[in-house]
Amino acid sequence: MQGGAAGLAYRGRTASIGFAHGPLVRVDAGAGGDRVAGTLVEEALALRKAIDLASGQIADLAASAGGEAAQILEFQVALLEDEDLIEAIFASIGEGRPADVAWRATLDEQIAAYNSAEDEYLQARSSDLADLRDRVIHILRGDAGEPLKIPTGGVVCADDLPPSRFLEIDWSGGGGLALLHGSPTSHVAMLARARGIPMVVQLGAIPDAGATALLDGEGATLELDPSAEQVRIFEKRRESHRKSRASARAILRRPTASWRGEHIKLLINIQRVDDLDHADAQYADGIGLMRTEFLLSGRSDLPDEETQFQAYDSVLRWAGQRPVTIRTFDAGGDKPVPGFTLDGEANPFLGVRGLRLCLARPEIFTVQLRALARAAVRGNLKVMFPMVTSADELEAGRKLFADVVQRLQADGIAAMLPELGIMVEVPAAALAIASFKASFFSIGSNDLAQYVLACDRSNGALAPLMDPLHPAVLELIARTAEHGRRAGISVSLCGDMAGDPRCLPALLNSGLRELSVNASALAQIKQTIDRLSSGGGVG
Amino acid sequence: MLDKADGQIFTGSVRLVHAVGMHARPAVKLTKLAKKFQAQISVRVAGAPEWINAKSVAKIMAMRAAHGSTIEIKASGSDAEAAVAALVDLVASDFPDGAG
Repeated sequence: MQGGAAGLAYRGRTASIGFAHGPLVRVDAGAGGDRVAGTLVEEALALRKAIDLASGQIADLAASAGGEAAQILEFQVALLEDEDLIEAIFASIGEGRPADVAWRATLDEQIAAYNSAEDEYLQARSSDLADLRDRVIHILRGDAGEPLKIPTGGVVCADDLPPSRFLEIDWSGGGGLALLHGSPTSHVAMLARARGIPMVVQLGAIPDAGATALLDGEGATLELDPSAEQVRIFEKRRESHRKSRASARAILRRPTASWRGEHIKLLINIQRVDDLDHADAQYADGIGLMRTEFLLSGRSDLPDEETQFQAYDSVLRWAGQRPVTIRTFDAGGDKPVPGFTLDGEANPFLGVRGLRLCLARPEIFTVQLRALARAAVRGNLKVMFPMVTSADELEAGRKLFADVVQRLQADGIAAMLPELGIMVEVPAAALAIASFKASFFSIGSNDLAQYVLACDRSNGALAPLMDPLHPAVLELIARTAEHGRRAGISVSLCGDMAGDPRCLPALLNSGLRELSVNASALAQIKQTIDRLSSGGGVG
Repeated sequence: MLDKADGQIFTGSVRLVHAVGMHARPAVKLTKLAKKFQAQISVRVAGAPEWINAKSVAKIMAMRAAHGSTIEIKASGSDAEAAVAALVDLVASDFPDGAG
């Protein structure tokens, strides 16, 4: 963070938006003492009792929490009722292992299997298993039933926090959650969002010091022992956030956003089909970016044509007349896919990724293009290629696509070539924008900024340099927008900048009139545009 | 009518339409429903070498069935036919709330 004169500031990833200012409370896993094992029969009995007790505790938590929390805890109860799983543990006790050792070994095996999954969702489930593992171990050691004592409004700092521990904390007086690891897709993150508790994850290493904390779930920052000035700025951010939330809900329902009399199209980015379940998604003018990499994760093989078609078709059906822009597989870089991406590249971000990879693997790409060509007749579909450097690549992709359409039609299958566009994320593409015969352009500001600034965006040490408002980045955005305006080609921007209110004035001034953001940011962005239009600040 | 002796095996298959595949909530619903039947019920992702106990949530999760995959179900026992029909219906109807 810049400008923090006194206190230490850390940046992580947003898991739940909101603000918390309070005492810093560290929560450790709890070492616990050793336990003395009894006879085989005693050990088996001890585990049976511990499981029953744990089951009861979780059921109580679920009953008092209700709703989504209850559904999350149901998975833990189901595990305790899984005879295959539990019998294996009793068998291990029968072979002479103490109850806690047998229990831990089996649960750790399960946890390791989840952690090794490629799917972030499955990985996140490992914290549910760890939660269950620790609860039973605590009961076996006789140190259970100690609820966490968190002062009102405290900022809880932990390595990771299991869902049941989150539910044991009394959040009625506010507070926040700062995790050194953790994931925005974890169950505890879902709970925090549902409760409106600010939460920041992946803060990395934080020194074992600090009495007071400022947690900003919007900017994903944690400030320790802040100066009076830091507190003042933080409280200002918190206050404007509070005000804007209330009025944003009202503005969201208005039909269109406009800025200085011009209509601004606000679209949404989706990572997977069920992102459309977000309550605000319905207010979008369409889908500006549907990523398709989710189809590649969490499975041992590559998805077949029918699987892909179903996913695309369900999104088109949801959108009705509204446009849906689907991006072809953007694998490679920081998104390796076994059986698809290349191994051992020295610099994968500058390697065979995006369209480069798809053109190198036509047997895989063709399956996706077939599914897209079939989906194109079902709605207002646009398709874009990622990571395009030269016009020849776009033409090679187009030719492959056209061949696919021709073959489908020859077989009597309904198919058509959708509008074809490209992501503008390689600086060369932005500079030579007029050389592309694309129907539309979508600026991928995350990669564009990373390549223009020569900063790996996952490298925290470069955070101060990784400024999307750098004049060089804005210059490329403005050139692309200007070309679109002259040539009558639509230009949108779908990176994180579009969802960042601080970037909006620069984006609108550079000529962009289409922005694509996550559904959760839609209300705030629509409101910010409204405020800017009426002469106000970013807010 | 065929003889419904315990030895008879009923089978079914159904496409997994759930957007995120066989994750925690669908897995819990599936095992809960399976446990309502006396029958021995096994499932697998079509073509997988091993059949999995449909009453074990840990094993159902480990199956990692992805969106769009086909789930095969087989059951034997007194209520096997009803069990297969109920599970096929649950998966086909995308694990509605209140089911299972």
